[in-house]
Amino acid sequence: MKISNTLKIAFKNIVKNKTRSFLTSLGIIIGVGSVIIMVGIGEATQRNIEREIASLGTNLIIVYPGAFRGGGVSQGTGTFNRLSIKDVENIKTYSKFVEAVSPVISSNEQVIGGGNNWRTTVYGVSEDYAEIRDYKLASGVFFTEQDVKAGKNIVVLGKDVADAVFPDDEPVGKSIRISRVPCKVVGVLESKGQGSFQMSQDDLIMMPYTTFQNKINQNRFLRSIDIKSSIKDLSVTQEEIRDILRNSHKLPDSSEDDFRIGNQTEITERATSVASLMTLLLGSIAAVSLVVGGIGIMNIMLVSVTERTREIGIRLAVGARKRDILMQFLIEALVLSVIGGALGILISFMVLLILNNFTNTQMVINYRTIILAVGFSGTIGIFFGFYPARKASKLNPIDALRYE
Amino acid sequence: MQRVLELKDLKKNYYMGDYIVKALHGINLKIDRGDFVAVMGASGSGKSTLMNILGCLDKPTEGDYFFENKNINLLNDDEYAEIRNNKIGFVFQGFNLLPRTTAIENVELPLFYDRKKEKKNFKELAASALKKVGLQDRLHHHPNKLSGGQQQRVAIARALVNDPSVILADEPTGNLDTATSLDIISIFQQLNQQKITIVLVTHEPSIAVYAKRIINMRDGHIIDDKKTKQRSAKQDLKKIQE
Ligand SMILES: Nc1ncnc2c1ncn2[C@@H]1O[C@H](COP(=O)(O)OP(=O)(O)OP(=O)(O)O)[C@@H](O)[C@H]1O
Ligand SMILES: [Mg+2]
Repeated sequence: MKISNTLKIAFKNIVKNKTRSFLTSLGIIIGVGSVIIMVGIGEATQRNIEREIASLGTNLIIVYPGAFRGGGVSQGTGTFNRLSIKDVENIKTYSKFVEAVSPVISSNEQVIGGGNNWRTTVYGVSEDYAEIRDYKLASGVFFTEQDVKAGKNIVVLGKDVADAVFPDDEPVGKSIRISRVPCKVVGVLESKGQGSFQMSQDDLIMMPYTTFQNKINQNRFLRSIDIKSSIKDLSVTQEEIRDILRNSHKLPDSSEDDFRIGNQTEITERATSVASLMTLLLGSIAAVSLVVGGIGIMNIMLVSVTERTREIGIRLAVGARKRDILMQFLIEALVLSVIGGALGILISFMVLLILNNFTNTQMVINYRTIILAVGFSGTIGIFFGFYPARKASKLNPIDALRYE
Repeated sequence: MQRVLELKDLKKNYYMGDYIVKALHGINLKIDRGDFVAVMGASGSGKSTLMNILGCLDKPTEGDYFFENKNINLLNDDEYAEIRNNKIGFVFQGFNLLPRTTAIENVELPLFYDRKKEKKNFKELAASALKKVGLQDRLHHHPNKLSGGQQQRVAIARALVNDPSVILADEPTGNLDTATSLDIISIFQQLNQQKITIVLVTHEPSIAVYAKRIINMRDGHIIDDKKTKQRSAKQDLKKIQE
């Protein structure tokens, strides 16, 4: 018997048992649908994280103080294994690949202004910080090099702070008090948007680090040094900074770095690897439901073989070979699972469309996932259809005909 | 005359655990082309067992079966299937039609499984077979919408659609009333006139009289095998209807 005829018979049988066929495929429908949706969600999350990290700034390198490990006997106890303004100056002076550099000091402070009260993080930074972290001004200006040198009491507000403290007025030109130090607002930053992965990048206040060190917090050590590289190959810049800092800290060749240099690519990689792990996890959970769907097909096909023993007997009696019967049941299982797979894709399209409309994520259906899901459901059809099909084909004609 | 079927010392045992049922004890039988044989005998005498072996639905325990002078015992499963498909038409007492499948689709079934002939006109062949049994206006009826006699005629159409040399019928009229039985038998007689060999099992002597030869069985043996003067079912049917 030709495949086209077998297909015809399989389709006829599926149509004759509409309800049962649908219920059988349901497992596959749900399985394929959830694989596509889960992977879609996972990949969208991954892309979001990448976008958010990109918004932190381009060509960003961050130097952190190293964990205090003593660093060897010769060094004694030291303040030199912490980052200081002197390091920033050395980088500025000696580096060829650094476009902008800023010290970063911060602390959480109470802010009073316009009759409102707000607790936020105050950053002491240089005039280059806005450029390094890709902040744009919504209104006013950022403080200048002169402002920093003079240690003026001026601040730039993040969008969240501006909205909280001056909900109705234009903040620029107004005065606020940061832990009792009166400051003048010279600018307001544009929003960077809500991030799901990071804390809001809008809930902050920036002021010249000189002012910060003199009036807010006397701590001389930096939380980090933020750097914008002038070249794309961040590892080159990173290596250069490392040399400068080792010199600046007078570290002998034998001792380890007393600071840590991270760059954006690393952060991205670390964060996306977490996200792709999540995608994998979600995908595998969904895949389990696909396997359960396959077992459902096997179950129904087994019932179907028993139920249709007489039919098999009749087919054998009029000349069907064992392999004709095997093919018939195999193709039936395959058709069921492929139809289920197609419906699953359709449903996942709709679900993702709805999710995209109601959330701000852009989930895209990946053609690789579709090929994978269809291939997988087909394989499941064949795999789980094979046992019942073989059982059917092993029947002896007269025994099948006599079956009650 | 051309020999179609020949059995040589054929035996069939059924094994049920330790218990052996000897259903056929060494059957010797020759049937020539164009013969019309009625097999009779008490219930349990082995008629169905014999027919199933002749129809290649079951295999003998011992002995040889020659179909058109070929030893069937030497064939593999696929070749067995091929003989069932295009050499033998089998008609059952219980019709054995596929449910929820139209008459014409039921009749087409053997054509689907025929690998020898590249037939494209399945529908035509099936329709002409149904016409031969007088069902040309019931092509698209499902079996449950047909009378017993009509269902058996569909089964006969299915048996003859692939031009078999032999039609085997195991109590084909067992479930039918007298008039319908005569109707079915007259179809067999008609096919027999076209040189199709017919072997038919029946309980009733009144049916056996339409055969050319009557075989009697008892306890797995053939106890009697004689030629008879064949009556015409068509004429008898006319008489009843008058
Ligand atoms: N599948 C089987 N397993 C065991 N014994 C069987 C089987 N089929 C038939 N028999 C036995 O073989 C013997 C012959 O049975 P068979 O069906 O050939 O009789 P029969 O002549 O067709 O009877 P009936 O006229 O009632 O149909 C009986 O004793 C029966 O019990
Ligand atoms: Mg019987």
